Amino acid sequence: MPEQLTRPEERYQATQSTWDKIAESQEFKDLMATKRIFIIPAFLFFVVYYFALPVLVGYAPQFMSTKVIGVNLAYLFALSQFFVAWLIAGLYVRAANDFDRLAKDIVERAVVAQAGNGKGGR
Amino acid sequence: MANISLIMFLLFIAITLGITYWASKRSAGASAYFAASRQIKGWQNGIAVAGDYMSAASFLGIAGIIAFQGYDGFLFSVGWLVAYLTVLLVIAEPLRNAGKYTMADVLAYRLKPRPVRAMASLSTLTVSTFYMIAQMVGAGALVKLLLGGYVSYNQAVTGVGILMIVYVVFGGMLATTWVQIIKAILLMGGTILLSILVMAHFHFSFGDFFGAVGHVTYHDAKGATVVKDFLQPGLRYKPPYGPLDLISLGLALIFGTAGLPHILVRFYTVPDAKTARNSVVWAMVLIGSFYIMTTFLGFGAATIVGPDFIKTHGGTNMSAPLLAQALAGNIFFAFISAIAFATILAVVAGLTISATTSFSHDFWTNVIHNGVERKPGEEVLVARISAFGVGAVAIGIAILLGPTANVAFLVALAFAVAASANLPVIVLSIFWRRFNTAGAVSGLAVGLLASIGLILVSPSMMAIDPPTVTGTARHLIQAKAWFPLENPGILSIPLGFIGAILGTLISHEPTSQHKFNELLVRSNTGLGSEKAGAH
Repeated sequence: MPEQLTRPEERYQATQSTWDKIAESQEFKDLMATKRIFIIPAFLFFVVYYFALPVLVGYAPQFMSTKVIGVNLAYLFALSQFFVAWLIAGLYVRAANDFDRLAKDIVERAVVAQAGNGKGGR
Repeated sequence: MANISLIMFLLFIAITLGITYWASKRSAGASAYFAASRQIKGWQNGIAVAGDYMSAASFLGIAGIIAFQGYDGFLFSVGWLVAYLTVLLVIAEPLRNAGKYTMADVLAYRLKPRPVRAMASLSTLTVSTFYMIAQMVGAGALVKLLLGGYVSYNQAVTGVGILMIVYVVFGGMLATTWVQIIKAILLMGGTILLSILVMAHFHFSFGDFFGAVGHVTYHDAKGATVVKDFLQPGLRYKPPYGPLDLISLGLALIFGTAGLPHILVRFYTVPDAKTARNSVVWAMVLIGSFYIMTTFLGFGAATIVGPDFIKTHGGTNMSAPLLAQALAGNIFFAFISAIAFATILAVVAGLTISATTSFSHDFWTNVIHNGVERKPGEEVLVARISAFGVGAVAIGIAILLGPTANVAFLVALAFAVAASANLPVIVLSIFWRRFNTAGAVSGLAVGLLASIGLILVSPSMMAIDPPTVTGTARHLIQAKAWFPLENPGILSIPLGFIGAILGTLISHEPTSQHKFNELLVRSNTGLGSEKAGAH
């Protein structure tokens, strides 16, 4: 069964009411809430952290030129951006395992329901 | 020296043509031709995304900017990686789940397909063409410099153009992907080697390295000796408008990368959204490592070769190859130059296939013929024919502009259009129920026009040159710039969003709202997404 679910012969098609029903189901709302709770804060954090760099470097160049361990604040802050980006990407991949699990349930239900109702869910 | 370069160029060309021949037998059918049958593995696509993204502008360009303007050049490097978080968090998975071959597929789901696809196709072709011309002029200038005795600029541009047409026409997305993968591995290898050699020069002491970076000596335009701390911010972005330009550049990168058509099409080559996600992570590892190493390339060139020498031996873009020559002689110089050439070739091939896919799938099949292929295989045939058109246009314009043309702004323009036109409509169509056709069309149009318009009146196009600057190196409009920033993003991105939102609010389209649930479910769950085909 799972093999068949992941490789259906043609694209899943459904009526408007089926799409509405899935979109309004509790499972789908849970998926969206789970995604939002990670993605929105992660997005806002990286945007703020990233734009802090041009703002600080642009408007406080003297402060950012302060020497620290052989280099300066500006270089260290720029370098930190790479590691922060990698960290967020890593956390996202971990969080996304939950998204995949929730989405898989929704897809399976939809395909089973369609098979039960006859082709096209009509 | 030119002999060794030539042999390495020819070797790369031979390998890539072999791949094209292999791929040509596996490119029958639309899904195979446009999306490599959606069978590319996550890590392979990740390397290919990195390959598509690490253009000559980054390899030669950023190394050059850091070699001449120090720390400010490194800020480009940072933005080019961080931008991938937008791709990862917002764009890649919904696009893979809901689309087929192009970004317009996602827009066309619930909007009126014809006007939306026509505008999206126009925007895609604009971005690809601008980006391609910048690469072609760079390739021509590079080849001329390296193989001066053998190949002229026009021959070099024509050669690059013909090769990219061959890859795309015969090998489709599969060949383009593998050309990209090989090039990315070569580029990473060359960069790692170069970085190790730079550190070996400083006896693997970061203290010595950054110490030297703190005292870069060169001569200014008047001939006076200058000693500068190259880690100091502000050598490129000076007040009063520098900081604002820097923020504007950041905006274009963060929002533009996720709207670059040649990056977006890559996510259709993998089997599902999870693989698309993993491929972004692979790409981020490679791209991040590469851009961190621009520290060694750029500062290495500044300290070991020196801006004075680079200026008189080919200019800023030659910083990385000249560094290779200084560290390990002519063979390494030829090797790094061959990598730069491979980079350009692979990137133009990627741009060509995204342009031809959009032309044939969006414009020909869906706009002109209402979504119906008149006979099987027409879409692929039209794509193949249009590759000749795209190639001819790119060759023609690059030859007209000539090797000294000021083309750096074309890359900024491509990012600005992607960020101001493409990204707002993709995001709004996925996330905003009320969004409709009028909003998409006006968003794309406003974003496109605002980016082009603002670049036209920016310092990239408007400036007063001294009489010593001649030909196409001169600025197009000899007057003081009306818009003070080189990067229009800070104004054009909000304008793109406003255009899309206002266009939506002044019109009413119930069907787009009804069909939102379908797009929402498809893009978030992958229900009914396009499946991988058999080889």
